[in-house]
Amino acid sequence: MNNQEMNYQTPKSDNMMQNKKKNPLKKWLSMVVVVLAFVIVFIIDKEKGVASVTVTWDYFKEMFLILPPVFILMGLIEVWLPKEKIQSWLGNESGIKGILLSIGLATLPTGPLYIAFPMTATLLKKGASIRNMVIFLGTWAALKIPQLMVEIKFLGFWFTALRFGLTLIGLLIIGYFIEYLMKKEDNNLGLSKPV
Amino acid sequence: MTTILTMYGIVSLGLIFSFVKDKNKTMKVFKVAKKALLNSLPSLLGVLGIVGLILGLLPPETISKLIGSEAGFLSTIIASILGAVTLIPSLIAFPLAGSLLRAGATITTISVFVTTLVMVGFVTMPLEIKILGKKFALLRNGLSFIIAFIIAIIMGFIL
Repeated sequence: MNNQEMNYQTPKSDNMMQNKKKNPLKKWLSMVVVVLAFVIVFIIDKEKGVASVTVTWDYFKEMFLILPPVFILMGLIEVWLPKEKIQSWLGNESGIKGILLSIGLATLPTGPLYIAFPMTATLLKKGASIRNMVIFLGTWAALKIPQLMVEIKFLGFWFTALRFGLTLIGLLIIGYFIEYLMKKEDNNLGLSKPV
Repeated sequence: MTTILTMYGIVSLGLIFSFVKDKNKTMKVFKVAKKALLNSLPSLLGVLGIVGLILGLLPPETISKLIGSEAGFLSTIIASILGAVTLIPSLIAFPLAGSLLRAGATITTISVFVTTLVMVGFVTMPLEIKILGKKFALLRNGLSFIIAFIIAIIMGFIL
């Protein structure tokens, strides 16, 4: 186990998500639980079971298309962008520029939130600040441009504009607060020790 | 579809640039990508299954019935929980929220639903914990939930 961990952490491939040392069984445990849940739903209510499988399949197709470019993009960041660059763009000293960059990057049309997690982990490892990454994730989730357009259409301009403004303020508060709380206790976010 | 095309466009440009500059480094890009993908695939598939289950068990009609069109604190609470637990694509969620609003639900209820829906991810939390750590994920989701209420109350006052 130790061996595996060490060769995974060679300085060259200073990579995120060192969960490899978990045994494969544990890795797939959540899948097994989910499959079991599906079976139970099918037994109790076949119609709901079919509906669940249909929805899952729809999402799967979307994910299947979107994952390859996302992970290759992460690879490109990992290999080509030096740590100092990310640090100066998005790090602790990046100030208002870092905040604006985090917001700007996250409003682009890039897909569901769950693909932002590994992206965020990569950026954090490369020196982005916690504050900026909280803002990045929040903007990605709540303030993406295509999503805002749908929102304006169905809930109106003022609803959308007000939610946009308030969410932005909220994200800044959360960002600074989480950074403060995490810095107080430990600096490393627990990224190197898988939970 | 535009989203996916944009992603493929950006990544293709990046890869061409990378390949022209350094072949070996480009191979490393693929290696890193493959390793990270294989690592997170099981939990991604797990999350996908949970999302499917919840949406299957709680279709938009059920959600709309649960939130209801009454103005009251209880429907706001229900809306916040439903928003936090479910993960609905915006193309379904916003029309749903719009029709609830027209049916008589308050601005506060609808905005707490929309805000928790996009900002708090109960089903994606295991994945977020695994990738970004327990403390980060819990704080981010917990604080977002609280902020969603504050945002909703302010919106209720103004609109």
